Amino acid sequence: MSIGHTLLGLLESGPRHGYDLKRTFDEKFGQDRPLHYGQVYSTMSRLLKNGLVEVDGVESEGGPERKRYAITDAGITDVSQWLAQPEKPEPYLQSTLYTKVVLALLTDRSAADLLDTQRSAHLRMMRILTDRKRKGDLADQLICDHALFHLEADLRWLELTAARLDQLAKVVAP
Amino acid sequence: MIPEGSLLAAHDLRKTYGSTPALDGASFSVHPGEVVAVMGPSGSGKSTLLHCLAGIITPDSGTITYAGRELSAMSDAERSALRRSDFGFVFQFGQLVPELTCVENVALPLRLNGVKRRAAERTALEWMERLEVDDLGAKRPGEVSGGQGQRVAVARALAGSPKVIFADEPTGALDSLNGERVMELLTEAARSANVAVVLVTHEARVAAYSDRDVTVRDGRARDLEHSV
Amino acid sequence: MTLLDSPTAPAAAPESPKPPSRGAAVLRDLGLGVRFAAAGGREGWIRTLLTAVGVGLGVALLLLASSVPHLLDERNAREQARSEPRISDSPDARAAKSDSSVVRINATSEYRDRTVAGYLMRADGSAPVRPPGVDRFPAADTMVVSPALKELLADPGNELLRERLPYEITGTIGDSGLRSPNELLYYAGSDTLTPAKGGHRIDGYGDSREGDPLPPLLIVLVVMVCVVLLVPVAIFIATAVRFGGDRRDRRLAALRLVGADIRTTRRIAAGEAMFGALLGLLIGLAFFLVGRLFVGSVEIWDVSAFPADLVPDPRLALLIVVAVPLTAVLVTLVAMRSVVIEPLGVVRRGRERGRRLWWRLLMPAAGLAVLAVTGRTNGYEPVNPFAIASGAVLVLVGLALLLPWLVEACVNRLRGGPVPWQLATRRLQLSSGAASRAVSGVTVAVAGAIALQMLFAAMNADFHQVTGQDPSRAQFAAYSEDVTGEAATSAIEQFRATRGVEVVIGSVEAYATKPGTYTDDELQPTTSLTVGTCATLRELARIDRCEDGDAFVVHPPDNKEQAGWVDRTARKGKTVLIGEGMGAKPFRWTLPADTETVLGRKDPMGETHFGIMATTGALDAGKLPGATIVAQIRVDESVPDVAEHVRNTAIGIDPGVRFVELNSVARDRQYDSVQTGLQVGATVVLLLIAASMLVSQLEQLRERRRLLSVLVAFGTRRATLGWSVLWQTAVPVVLGLAVAVAGGLGLGATLAWMISKSVADWWLFWPMVGAGGALIALVTLASLPPLWRLMRPEGLRTE
Repeated sequence: MSIGHTLLGLLESGPRHGYDLKRTFDEKFGQDRPLHYGQVYSTMSRLLKNGLVEVDGVESEGGPERKRYAITDAGITDVSQWLAQPEKPEPYLQSTLYTKVVLALLTDRSAADLLDTQRSAHLRMMRILTDRKRKGDLADQLICDHALFHLEADLRWLELTAARLDQLAKVVAP
Repeated sequence: MIPEGSLLAAHDLRKTYGSTPALDGASFSVHPGEVVAVMGPSGSGKSTLLHCLAGIITPDSGTITYAGRELSAMSDAERSALRRSDFGFVFQFGQLVPELTCVENVALPLRLNGVKRRAAERTALEWMERLEVDDLGAKRPGEVSGGQGQRVAVARALAGSPKVIFADEPTGALDSLNGERVMELLTEAARSANVAVVLVTHEARVAAYSDRDVTVRDGRARDLEHSV
Repeated sequence: MTLLDSPTAPAAAPESPKPPSRGAAVLRDLGLGVRFAAAGGREGWIRTLLTAVGVGLGVALLLLASSVPHLLDERNAREQARSEPRISDSPDARAAKSDSSVVRINATSEYRDRTVAGYLMRADGSAPVRPPGVDRFPAADTMVVSPALKELLADPGNELLRERLPYEITGTIGDSGLRSPNELLYYAGSDTLTPAKGGHRIDGYGDSREGDPLPPLLIVLVVMVCVVLLVPVAIFIATAVRFGGDRRDRRLAALRLVGADIRTTRRIAAGEAMFGALLGLLIGLAFFLVGRLFVGSVEIWDVSAFPADLVPDPRLALLIVVAVPLTAVLVTLVAMRSVVIEPLGVVRRGRERGRRLWWRLLMPAAGLAVLAVTGRTNGYEPVNPFAIASGAVLVLVGLALLLPWLVEACVNRLRGGPVPWQLATRRLQLSSGAASRAVSGVTVAVAGAIALQMLFAAMNADFHQVTGQDPSRAQFAAYSEDVTGEAATSAIEQFRATRGVEVVIGSVEAYATKPGTYTDDELQPTTSLTVGTCATLRELARIDRCEDGDAFVVHPPDNKEQAGWVDRTARKGKTVLIGEGMGAKPFRWTLPADTETVLGRKDPMGETHFGIMATTGALDAGKLPGATIVAQIRVDESVPDVAEHVRNTAIGIDPGVRFVELNSVARDRQYDSVQTGLQVGATVVLLLIAASMLVSQLEQLRERRRLLSVLVAFGTRRATLGWSVLWQTAVPVVLGLAVAVAGGLGLGATLAWMISKSVADWWLFWPMVGAGGALIALVTLASLPPLWRLMRPEGLRTE
């Protein structure tokens, strides 16, 4: 995820302080990893340098001074371009799991056990996400669903691989 | 070999259809109020396991204990009576009686148990309300959507206040949105009423609504979390 | 410019696929339907076969019905061919004695409720005429018998019959001499029979005269019987064509998906139905031909037939061949009007509107109107059978039309009740059509049968004659013309000695005439003469004092004119002639002057005796020419086979004895055969309808295999589903019976009015209601085993 583009997008609805930006980001996107304030600061400096944002004003009501950022026209164009550009589908060709399975087969360890353990872990994760989804709002549900579908895809791969272990063993360790 | 505190437990079940073994030493247990998913590839014997657990078919060998009673020692009539009083069922499709209205369908298990029509239909409507289908009461199953029909079926499974609900691919004929909603309502209602659920599914996302999962492979059930 | 625009390059023009002409399209679609029916895989075949077997059963029945005229003709022809020429009845015109002439006497008797027909025959010369089917004239004390009688005689339990027919069996009677395969018939040889002993001399067989035409009332009955039996068969065929219709509709929907239009689907369905019906015709023909082979061994209510007698009337057979496939197509097209076959499924329409009542009432009303306009007959004038038939058909078919509306109207009002009842009524609410269709057959059969039975009952006065016989005084009467010497007294003694006999009233009867010469215009005064013991005479007249040697003049009570006629012959102290005109020399006897005049009374036969009565001391019965012995016998009915013992004694006395069982009523034979036909037919029709209901029921159960398994999973009791199957059959049948009873009573009352009779018995419908109940039980019981089989958890595994 591009944090720069996300923060720029948040600024489109109106100028905000850095702290305000971080809080909104965390609320909407950062369930798993809240944004570090330092990261907001460094990202803003970069955007400022590139002319995508400008400082709208500075406040210092008795505390440390706080800059208020506003998006520039260039910034709006940049956000539009980012949204319009499709994400590159990642093929995950060299996944760790595949490596583990092949290694297990090569070293005469039980690849089936490995797969079952992994399956179990995946399911456990899915159960947690499902639980969270149930308790959360629509945004939570959509985010959890995204993860759930990915996990489910992994799980299907695990099941398929388990069903084809014998074939794989012949190819890998003849 | 019966796990402590379990409501329904099976040990070393074997069942053969012709020469094909469907169950080959499967063991299983569920605690009161627990939702257990039974997973596995198709043809692995998960439906057979469910049918055995519910006393619909009898295994060739092995023991099934429900609330301290041995199922295989019971007569067909006794098992039928047990299914009427203590078990509820949800299937993938074709389970609602097409000529009865939805509320009559939901009231059916109660009525089979001897509850008077009015009382049974009152209870049925309460459950339909919980599953958000109380407005379908007077409609026939042919007139409602798949998701609605499945919710009616869940309401029916719950209406008889069973101790265990057996759900065999309850979302199999539904899209994921409807399927998830049905699962949500089913597990929620089951947990609040302390009803155990045995859920046969091949979908991980449906299984994720469970508290625990069991995988059936080649007629054997494996409970990974308990064996780890 | 494209090639198509260029008229100069026809050779290169690609043939645009021309739409086929309308006729060709119809043929193509019909052919497609036939292909679906013939090659639709296992499912398709089962459906086609069900239809074909159903239609086949109906066709077989129709062929059977169309054979009845031929069957009756053949039977009549054989019966006429073996009967005595009528001329031999008249004493003036008896056949002359010749080398080929034969003296014979009817020796028919009853044996355990079956008629054993037989004749004693004596050849006058060396080349006696033989009845049909008999190769060799039976010598004295031998007999030729029908195969059925031979079998009966061989049965060890029939010792009494062997005692009665002590002749040696020397041959069997061929089929050409038998009315039906199960007829019991024998021809026995005798060397003592003479015309004086009652024998008839004949010199040939065969009665060339036409049989009596059926009386008009009987024609009404026969027409009604045909209507009552054939309308349900037609309804059954129409039902059979619809077997498996739901599944076909779904298949047609799939055809719509790949581009067939509605008209095409209809034609395809028509083609399928036609194929089923044609196959049904063939199956029906096969059923008929195979069934024919066994018809000889089947005997229902005394009716059996030779296979060769069962030949359908060609015109009727042609009608069947044309009408059945046509009906199949029409029924299918009409049935399909109520469904719309969409590419994605089948939509039933017209459900919201419900069935209309008014036009369904038109038909029965029209029928009653036709009957009313036809008016009354007094029983002798010819009736118009076509008017009666059309009126009755309209009423009966109208009832069948009324039924679906009634079933729907009633079922829609049913609410609640126990689970099986709820399942059944809800099911009927969803689709009552199939049930009503099958039941409408029952309605027609039952309504018709009730109407007919009422008609029968109303005709009792004509056909069931109240005989006035009194079975409490005597149960049997025997008449014998073989009076010689002590015959009378010895015969009476023999009857007395027979096992189980309590009282014998034995008398000798002859005619007494006033001597003198009379012109052709004058009636010679004649009265009857009865000779018997005092005890016997007391049974026949109100006699206070009687001693042997007394004689009485007996006047009929309440008939002065008749009493005067008696006195014209019975002049006290004067001579009378006895047995004048009987061939032998008449016997002269003087009525004693001190003869008392008394009043007659009814004898156990119900006849009032009057004339001259003499005790055996006053007149020696052995001297009377042309006299008849009459023995009225009272028996102890608790003695087993008492009737057979008495009959054996009677035949021992005189093989030509006339033996009568006294009943309160005597039945007319024609009436009996009509009623028998009705009973046989109604039974077959009800069975046929039971079969069609069963097929629909099983079809429905099979469609619901999965649902049944789910219900089993729920822990539903078998009994619950069993009861629901019962109610599902019972509700429409009960409604159908209600319509049938109401309609039948109405029709019966109307018909009774038409023949100027009042309804004798309003409660005759009970047996038919019972038959309807049996039908419900039969269908339910027969569907239970498949239901149990389908109620197994295996149904859950088909995923």
